[in-house]
Amino acid sequence: MDRIHSPQSEVTISFCAAAGLGLQTAEDLARQMLSKAGYYVFSAREYMSRVRGGNNSTQIRVSTKPVRAYVDRIDWLFALSPELHPNITENITEDTKILGDASAMEKEISSLGRKMIDLDLAKRASDLGSPKFSSMIVAGFIAGIFTLGEDSADQLIEKRFKDEDLSAKNKTAFRVGHKLGKEYVAGKPVVEVPVQSDREEIFLDGNSAVALGAASAGCNYITAYPMSPGTGVFSYFAKNAKLLGSVVEQVEDEISAINMVVGAAYAGARSMTTTSGGGFVLMCEGLSLAGITETPVVVHLAQRPGPATGLATRTEQADLELALYAGHGEFPRALYAPVNVESAFRMAARAFNTAHKYQVQSIILTDQYLLDSGYDIKRPDPSSVPGPIHPIKTGKDYKRYAFPKKGEYVSPFGVPGYGEGFVSFDSHEHTEDAHITEDRSLRKAMVEKRLKKLEALTAEAVPPIVIGPEKYDTAVICWGSVFEPVKEAMEMLGCKDAALIACEQVYPLSEEFRKIISSPCRKIFVEGNATGQFSRVVRSLTGTGADETILKYNGFQFTVEELAGELDKLLNVRS
Amino acid sequence: MIKTAFDYTGEISWCPGCGDYKILDSLKMALSELGLDPAEVVVASGIGQAAKMPHYLKCHCVNGLHGRSLPLAAGIKASNRSLTVIAVGGDGDMYGEGGNHFMHAIRRNPDITNIVCNNMIYGLTKGQGSPTTSIGMKTSTQPFGVTSKPLNPLLLALSCGATFVARASAADAEKTKDIIVKAIKHKGYALVDIFQPCVSFNKVNTWQWLSKSTKWLDEDRDASDKLEAMRLSMETDPYPLGIIYRSETEKTFEENQAPYEAGDDTPLYARTPALENIRKLLA
Repeated sequence: MDRIHSPQSEVTISFCAAAGLGLQTAEDLARQMLSKAGYYVFSAREYMSRVRGGNNSTQIRVSTKPVRAYVDRIDWLFALSPELHPNITENITEDTKILGDASAMEKEISSLGRKMIDLDLAKRASDLGSPKFSSMIVAGFIAGIFTLGEDSADQLIEKRFKDEDLSAKNKTAFRVGHKLGKEYVAGKPVVEVPVQSDREEIFLDGNSAVALGAASAGCNYITAYPMSPGTGVFSYFAKNAKLLGSVVEQVEDEISAINMVVGAAYAGARSMTTTSGGGFVLMCEGLSLAGITETPVVVHLAQRPGPATGLATRTEQADLELALYAGHGEFPRALYAPVNVESAFRMAARAFNTAHKYQVQSIILTDQYLLDSGYDIKRPDPSSVPGPIHPIKTGKDYKRYAFPKKGEYVSPFGVPGYGEGFVSFDSHEHTEDAHITEDRSLRKAMVEKRLKKLEALTAEAVPPIVIGPEKYDTAVICWGSVFEPVKEAMEMLGCKDAALIACEQVYPLSEEFRKIISSPCRKIFVEGNATGQFSRVVRSLTGTGADETILKYNGFQFTVEELAGELDKLLNVRS
Repeated sequence: MIKTAFDYTGEISWCPGCGDYKILDSLKMALSELGLDPAEVVVASGIGQAAKMPHYLKCHCVNGLHGRSLPLAAGIKASNRSLTVIAVGGDGDMYGEGGNHFMHAIRRNPDITNIVCNNMIYGLTKGQGSPTTSIGMKTSTQPFGVTSKPLNPLLLALSCGATFVARASAADAEKTKDIIVKAIKHKGYALVDIFQPCVSFNKVNTWQWLSKSTKWLDEDRDASDKLEAMRLSMETDPYPLGIIYRSETEKTFEENQAPYEAGDDTPLYARTPALENIRKLLA
């Protein structure tokens, strides 16, 4: 299979192990020390829905150039638990070096027609005092094959293990692995360190990026009922609540989660709730409440495969139409779909700004793949995003739902306790001062007041990212996390007549995107779902949708190689 | 009825003779007696006849979804601690549709007062059995009589760790007012379940039933014994009225939250993003 970077400039390492073996420590450490050494690192995680056992994997791409997408290729495979899954075994090639314990894995590996390199981890770890040191030996081995110093992880180990004795033992284990690794490559690094090693970059994953983007925009109230993969953002806030100055509450159900953030936002907090599809469905009623009460709230919807429980820990992009139509009645909203980690930071902040500027609901659509993967990015600047919009001080005659002045879209936003006015809130159709009404003309005017905001939301919609030649015959259109794999696949193919169009906002559609859609080019939609939801939404809004689709819905993200193959079938670039 | 700063002058859509009028009077008198500024009081409700109450008061009126007033109210209080927040609704709203929120709001212990106008029937939807309707009562949707057991809100609240549990009666507006005053003053979650007749749909728990089947507890009794409170909450015919249980020592939901831990009571609307700390996290 093709690759975009030469073997000299990039390797892909995969770790496979049962849950609960502490392998995450080795992965984190390897990623951090390689990043610190100056390599560009991308990591993505896939795991089973269980706390112990099974077989999970992490992919780490290490390169001299920026890398940010999931690939099939495996150069080094650390196979630490039996029963490797097809997503691994199907991608083992003659060039894949398979490492682990022969005692545990040899039979399985030879049944695949391959040989393995025995690291004798169990024994080495036991000799050091505990089988738990296996993962540290693996981390050391990786440092060795990149010929990093044997002390390259010392600081990271000290940070991780506060207990001095434990820290010292882990350092010893790391050195055991380091020696093995360095010997294995005979002192020559598998990939040379890139020249400029003092880059101003930071490794960030999707979870942290969503949380930090929201916090930068002023988010100070977050609720959740735990549900994969939506919990990561919540955990980030919980862990850093003091630093972020945020109320953080794990609630009894998603109904409470949304109603609590609506109450908080009514009183002036900048609030968000985070969930996945099944939880989001329970929030529909509360979303509708926010709609009629014009309360600015942000919902982070971390997608996973459905229907119902679906595949609890896997990835999919199949909740777009749910998000678009969620909630009874008609009210405007904005849907964001971050395409990568940088985008997750920007779009989370943007979601807050839009929600508060127009007193509407913003939904951020991410997915398990985006949230659990990360790479080195230019350090985001928290003051680069728009600051919070503060409420007005109310006067005696304040009316929460006063009809906006000509040219404006919203009633001035007051909060209870700031000013002399009464700030009321009503789930019924209401008068300007928020009391129940059945007046027909008032009802009509209030519906129109709310829906008119769609004009402003459209005018401010984020234009798509367009990559490719100025004139193109084919538009390859995607949204959300599919972007980076598509981008790399198109680079790899060297498409000359096709452009990549990626939407960070999927509703309302920007004017720029509408122009592309109405142009006569051929349109290929690439989506992580079975029915081409975005194409269908675009068609319903513009009259035009996909000519062809490339769809994936087995719970995994597209890999670069897979997409290159699929795109080539349609574009015939390789000929 | 004395005039208060909380009086509303518009139309009220309750049936004539409804117990809600008395509860509204008690609430207004309590707010007035406490000397609260209407601009510092939020009354939040869900849906139902009792849930219309915020509209009939001069203060911040919050009328949310059926069953959802407690999370709404907790969200409001934790965003601005200087507000007095009261969640009001009926037995269907609080104990039926909002039953899960009721249990967990109590565990959370926000500093709010929860008034439940308990008429043991659904009024807004015209007379179906509610979670507190007694067994055997015939209704439009239970024509052969209710078969599910009535929920005991006081006992449930106690078992969830409520820090203030009281029962009052629409038949005695003055004593009910006194209890609401104490509930609002209480630091933490306070439940005031108020018996009231539904003159249109409940032909069992009438004004006469109220006077015959309830008795007021001694106002000066020590209400700190939880086991005794549980025993009292299980007494029937007569049903005890008054403060069943009170504990003043527990931390509230808000006190446990990061923004307020250092004693800074600045409401969340007035706060700015912690940019320096975010930079630290990105270091």
